[in-house]
Amino acid sequence: MNSSEQYLFLQGNEACVEGALFAGLNFFAGYPITPSTEIAELLAKKLPLVGGKFIQMEDEIASIAAVLGASIAGAKAMTATSGPGFSLMQELIGFACIAEVPCVIVNVQRLGPSTGGPTTPAQGDVLQSRWGTHGDHHLIVLAPVFARGIYNMTIRAFNLAEQFRVPVILLLDEIIAHTREKVRISKPGEVAIVNRKKPSTSAESYLPYYADETLVPALADFGEGYRFHITGLLHDETGFPTNDSAKREKLLERLKNKIENYKKEIITFVTEDVEDANVLLFAYGATARSALRAKRDARNAGMKVGIMIPTVIWPFPEEELKVLSEKVNTIIVGEMNQGQLIREVERAVCGKTRVKGIFKVSGEPITPEEFSSAIEEVYK
Amino acid sequence: MKKMLGRDVKKYLRLDKLPHIWCAGCGNGIVLRGVLEAIDTLELDKNKVVVVSGIGCSGRSAGYVDFNTLHTAHGRAIPFATGIKLARPELIVLVLTGDGDCAAIGGNHFIHAARRNIDITVIIFNNSIYGMTSGQYSPLTPHSAKATTAPYGNMEQSFDLCKLSINAGATYVARATTFHAMMIPELVVNAILNPGFSVVEVITACPTYYGRLNKMADPITMLEHQKNFAVSKKQALTSLPVELKGRFQIGEISHSEAPEYSREYQKLVNLVHRHKLLKEGNKNTRSFKSV
Repeated sequence: MNSSEQYLFLQGNEACVEGALFAGLNFFAGYPITPSTEIAELLAKKLPLVGGKFIQMEDEIASIAAVLGASIAGAKAMTATSGPGFSLMQELIGFACIAEVPCVIVNVQRLGPSTGGPTTPAQGDVLQSRWGTHGDHHLIVLAPVFARGIYNMTIRAFNLAEQFRVPVILLLDEIIAHTREKVRISKPGEVAIVNRKKPSTSAESYLPYYADETLVPALADFGEGYRFHITGLLHDETGFPTNDSAKREKLLERLKNKIENYKKEIITFVTEDVEDANVLLFAYGATARSALRAKRDARNAGMKVGIMIPTVIWPFPEEELKVLSEKVNTIIVGEMNQGQLIREVERAVCGKTRVKGIFKVSGEPITPEEFSSAIEEVYK
Repeated sequence: MKKMLGRDVKKYLRLDKLPHIWCAGCGNGIVLRGVLEAIDTLELDKNKVVVVSGIGCSGRSAGYVDFNTLHTAHGRAIPFATGIKLARPELIVLVLTGDGDCAAIGGNHFIHAARRNIDITVIIFNNSIYGMTSGQYSPLTPHSAKATTAPYGNMEQSFDLCKLSINAGATYVARATTFHAMMIPELVVNAILNPGFSVVEVITACPTYYGRLNKMADPITMLEHQKNFAVSKKQALTSLPVELKGRFQIGEISHSEAPEYSREYQKLVNLVHRHKLLKEGNKNTRSFKSV
């Protein structure tokens, strides 16, 4: 071990804070909610130390609004919440999509609906994270598995938000948020930090919502001398509202394509032992940890089992999964909900591979044994 | 005091975005002009002014003025403005909002921003109605007045937003009407100069949706109503409550001092930074000795 390397023993929420600070976070607004509160508590302490700002708002709607305001003024901004708060934030997540305001939203999932089980783990917000706000919209959702992954993926969440000017949702769950693990802290410069593209034109000729071939506009920060307009209304390249249906459609298509066209670049996933597998386990977040163990046990018992862990779940790794599915006869999907992401899996494999689900909403995690039983059943 | 009235405010308007969407007889233009006269009087740098608005007729005013302008979601202008002010305290942040936007859907944000005394100036275009959705009652619709959702008369009591602001912690609170248009610039100047949360409520006329339902379809009648029901501070202090029923005080209502949030936060940053340097300094000294 290199002596200059720094390792910390962190719970997932703490790893998220460290990753965010590494990425350049300088603004946090939030509202207390279990099981995400440690993120706010730590940032209340740490942000002023680096010259950043922390504010506890009156609710989650205000929290995301303040985050978007700060980002518009040039800050790297984040909020953290859980189910009920995430529901409240939905309208303004749509605002962030249409107005193209970079931000990171951490949702530490707990058992729902409603107040549900505040301290119990779940993965019930997987579809909400993609489709929670009204209207067609496109954003990015990351799903880490380990504390070190939370650290890395928090950095990546900021990078993606800045690059694509979208809200990026970091979808955690109570288990990984509160599990303590060894996390290697990156050294300065070790991980590239992306900052939003700034306009190169003069203030007079500036079109805030004009996008070049990257499909991402170069938005100035408020106060920099580019006086422009930001609205949640459908707008044209000038940023002002338009009733021109062609221009409206053009905007919505660009907002789609700026993510869809870069899917390959955005999507990340992990596979193990898939080359000769005839059963594929598919799991994310805390559930992937149990699936990994079950995969190892199955291999030790001579069963050809592989695993795919999507670490970006939206956009969904449809094509990547399709390729893998052609080699196996069964995919076992495990999730702590009543069957959400399995719909995407089924859609991707088009009925050509058997898809079996393990769902659980008792507030208990899916155990390795539950995966093992499912594997054995397939092997019978 | 500098001359505030009759100033040429065209340079602050995005003339290519005009004509505006407001109805004939609407008072919103009068309010907006007063705000621009105040900005001109203060000779503010346009690049350093941020105008944040919500949803409703007042919300559209952000699009007409040549500053950094942000047209947010319904009720949320103030928390957006809070984020901007805290992230860049050097900016002058104004919120242009309506009675429904500010007092109903945004009411909680309004009182909490006042409590924090964050340096934001809120101009409330109070037309007593939801105009954009064509005439539903708002928290500022007077009792017994008619609205499309109060066809038999409004059963609810209305807010006194100025009293609410003062009690919530706002350090500058004033009210004008579009009849008393000449008061607006001075009140807005004072509001902007106040280092804290400032509220200027301007009672404005919506003849189309409020007036027509309440026997004041003519804009002049609505202005006369403003004239007849406004009372000065002196009158307010010397009248009996029964005499003040349905009337509203205009002019500067409250001006006080309290710590301002973004400055207090900056003080905290400076303080913890000094402590951090001190601590690091001590650590370095120790390690130096140990070598």
